[in-house]
Amino acid sequence: MEREGTVRIPSGCAIAAVISRTGRRMSGESIVRSMVPMHERSNGLGGGFAGYGIYPEYRDLYALHMFFEDRTTRKNCEAYLKEHFEIAQSEYIKTRKIPSITDEPIIWRYFVAPLPSSLAKLQLDERELVARTVMAINGKMHGAYVFSSGKNMGTFKAVGYPEDVGVFYRLEEYEGYSWTAHGRYPTNTPGWWGGAHPFTLLDFSVVHNGEISSYDANRRFIEMFGYKCTLQTDTEVITYIMDYLLRVQGLSLEEAARVVAAPFWSTIAQEPDERRRDELTYLRTMFPSLLVTGPFSIVLGFSGGLMALNDRLKLRSMVVGEKDDLVLIASEEAAIRTMEPDAGNIWAPAGGEPVIVRVNEGVEV
Amino acid sequence: MGVDFIYPEFEVIRNESRCIACRVCERQCSNEVHAWSERRGVMMSDESRCVNCQRCVSLCPTRALKIVRSDCRLRENANWTDATIKEVYKQAGSGGVLLSSMGNPNPLPVYWDRILINASQVTNPPIDPLREPMETRVSLGKRPQRIERDDEGGIICDLQPQIELSMPVMFSAMSYGSISYNAHASLARAATELGIMYNTGEGGLHEDFYAYGPHTIVQVASGRFGVHEDFLNAGAAIEIKMGQGAKPGIGGHLPGAKIVGDISRTRMIPEGSDAISPAPHHDIYSIEDLRQLVFSLKEATSYRKPVIVKVAAVHNIAAIASGIARSGADIIAIDGFRGGTGAAPTRIRDNVGIPIELALASVDQRLRDEGIRNDVSIVCGGSIRSASDVVKAIALGADACYVATAALLALGCHLCRTCHTGKCNWGIATQRPDLVKRLNPEIGSERLVNLMNAWRHEIKELIGGMGINSIEALKGNRLMLRGVGLTEKELSILGINHAGE
Ligand code: SF4
Ligand code: SF4
Repeated sequence: MEREGTVRIPSGCAIAAVISRTGRRMSGESIVRSMVPMHERSNGLGGGFAGYGIYPEYRDLYALHMFFEDRTTRKNCEAYLKEHFEIAQSEYIKTRKIPSITDEPIIWRYFVAPLPSSLAKLQLDERELVARTVMAINGKMHGAYVFSSGKNMGTFKAVGYPEDVGVFYRLEEYEGYSWTAHGRYPTNTPGWWGGAHPFTLLDFSVVHNGEISSYDANRRFIEMFGYKCTLQTDTEVITYIMDYLLRVQGLSLEEAARVVAAPFWSTIAQEPDERRRDELTYLRTMFPSLLVTGPFSIVLGFSGGLMALNDRLKLRSMVVGEKDDLVLIASEEAAIRTMEPDAGNIWAPAGGEPVIVRVNEGVEV
Repeated sequence: MGVDFIYPEFEVIRNESRCIACRVCERQCSNEVHAWSERRGVMMSDESRCVNCQRCVSLCPTRALKIVRSDCRLRENANWTDATIKEVYKQAGSGGVLLSSMGNPNPLPVYWDRILINASQVTNPPIDPLREPMETRVSLGKRPQRIERDDEGGIICDLQPQIELSMPVMFSAMSYGSISYNAHASLARAATELGIMYNTGEGGLHEDFYAYGPHTIVQVASGRFGVHEDFLNAGAAIEIKMGQGAKPGIGGHLPGAKIVGDISRTRMIPEGSDAISPAPHHDIYSIEDLRQLVFSLKEATSYRKPVIVKVAAVHNIAAIASGIARSGADIIAIDGFRGGTGAAPTRIRDNVGIPIELALASVDQRLRDEGIRNDVSIVCGGSIRSASDVVKAIALGADACYVATAALLALGCHLCRTCHTGKCNWGIATQRPDLVKRLNPEIGSERLVNLMNAWRHEIKELIGGMGINSIEALKGNRLMLRGVGLTEKELSILGINHAGE
């Protein structure tokens, strides 16, 4: 059977997310539980979580979470990393043996810092170097796969139901100010763990529910800029689009949302503010190939915040609620209620309207 | 006669019991096939003159006429076909080069017909264009590399010049001279009404048509006929014609007989002189020369117009296109070997160039591999016959398509392939005033608008079926295509999977 990456596998999904605006750190337990009522939206072939603020003691180092097929690959990869990075910590990611999660690869974690001499020689900023290293390992190093590469954040994913994946990775032992979760319903078996979500690059992580019809247009465009879509999943290409728009092109979150879920030309024509109309027209003309069509709801995680976004026709469910310092987002209200039974202000954002939540000003994360 | 005699290709079948001898066919036929015989009191036909343009068939009030292919054939031979042998006879008699019109009619592969389109089922909903907004608008031109911001952090919205189209289709180059005033008027009006472009071809722009400038692409070809500053500034974009799919490697030829009146004035050449455009542009012998012409034209128009470079699809098209993309051009138009023409040497039309599908796929991929796909838009032409061809072309990577033959069909062309004789009975490829007036520009433009509106609707249905609500998300979306009956090599050049994969 072909493994995911050589074939494209459409999936249905469940997503959930929570963030504390005051930067209060919460254990992963609650987000894991939120996936239980949405069990039917997954089929046991992929689940995962991203937590932000989970490694405060290493906040200045890039946390690389990796899958290795065997020990030799790990050794080779380590040698490769050492060319440009100092490895401050290298360890197994703690897991718990449970019957529902099987066939695990070697799951490893490095905390690394780019070598100043490498940065100077390559004349790259450090995030670009990390991004290129991730692309190189995932694209070329058979049997090695980086599935998380940001600072003070980390992704945990596996083939299994998300509730089980949370138990497997002992997420109750981590504390973060923001969490996202994903349960996957692929239409055929992915064959390995890389295809599970969230998908990440640097501190950007994406959980996504939907199947985008613009996939190959987006992929062939973004691959011009050094990204390599090794998994052929929607989430992967959306993550790279976000990285390109936010980090490389320097767009704001709101502007990036206007590219990915662009307003219709007829809506732009009705925009009364001329300056804004020009900007919207400019963004659509500049990035037509990054318009994402077909049903999607995504939550983009980044350092200090979350952005939720639906496709412009709102073809996938997504609701948002609030409780004290928390903002909660999920495919179904039931997931929000599981995390916070008394959550209020529950609403469904309109298609193409980004919901951007950041930790309060002055809060250090 | 004798050895040179070729039995007429067509037979005129007149149903005598229906014919009322109204003599419409006689008046309508510029080839003088039909004649009234006073002596015998019947209509007679000289079939040796018939080109099967179907004018008489269409206008006969009693449906008394039909034109059939003659069954008087030479002895069958798969190698020496009837047509091949007759061409030898013609050349042995005349010593001349054979001339043909319209696109290559031979049974070479039409890849469009071997490519199938995807639709959504279950995992992703199809979108209904009657109920949901569906966008077909595109703009052609360079995209900036980077977002730039002003001091207040606002995006600086300076785009390089673009052409905006309400749908990804334009009428491609046909010169005033090769086609009639009324044909041009129909195209210009329709393009304006549709919010798309038509193209002057290499014959300059008639003064009456300057009014349609915002929907006109003005062409600069190797003969530079009719090119002057006002002409360059009249259109929405300028096209440098380096080559044409129907006749790569040679220039155009408009016989002196067609250079009459307005045409001679528009082309800025004396009446009755042959308008022969040279095979190369004599100021472009290499890619750096092209760059100079691109920038001279930009200078002449104050960098307000995008420049298109049109080339024929030839073997090395990917490398050529990459050179053009680096020459400062904003748009590359690629013309496939099945593209039409008003007149071309038969041997060239039928044997030179490559199919547009393969050329387009390899150009789009090459420009992406080199990271310069954003520097140019790609327009493809050379037999785009329907909305589904358009959808397939966009999914392979084109930004828009050029159509010409389909537009002429809308105006009444019956593809008789004798445009080079200048006696087009449908008022299109002719300058004879009595024939030109048969084409009413009002009706002609309305039919063009109908055709394009029909295509637009079909495009929306096709992309809606794939779950796409903007043509932008189809561009280069090759996963939406599958090949049938194609070899591994063909699939790999097209960059698509086989059906069932
Ligand atoms: S147009 Fe028809 S009816 Fe009239 S003369 Fe010709 S064949 Fe007869
Ligand atoms: S334009 Fe006229 S002459 Fe040319 S093919 Fe069409 S009908 Fe025949």
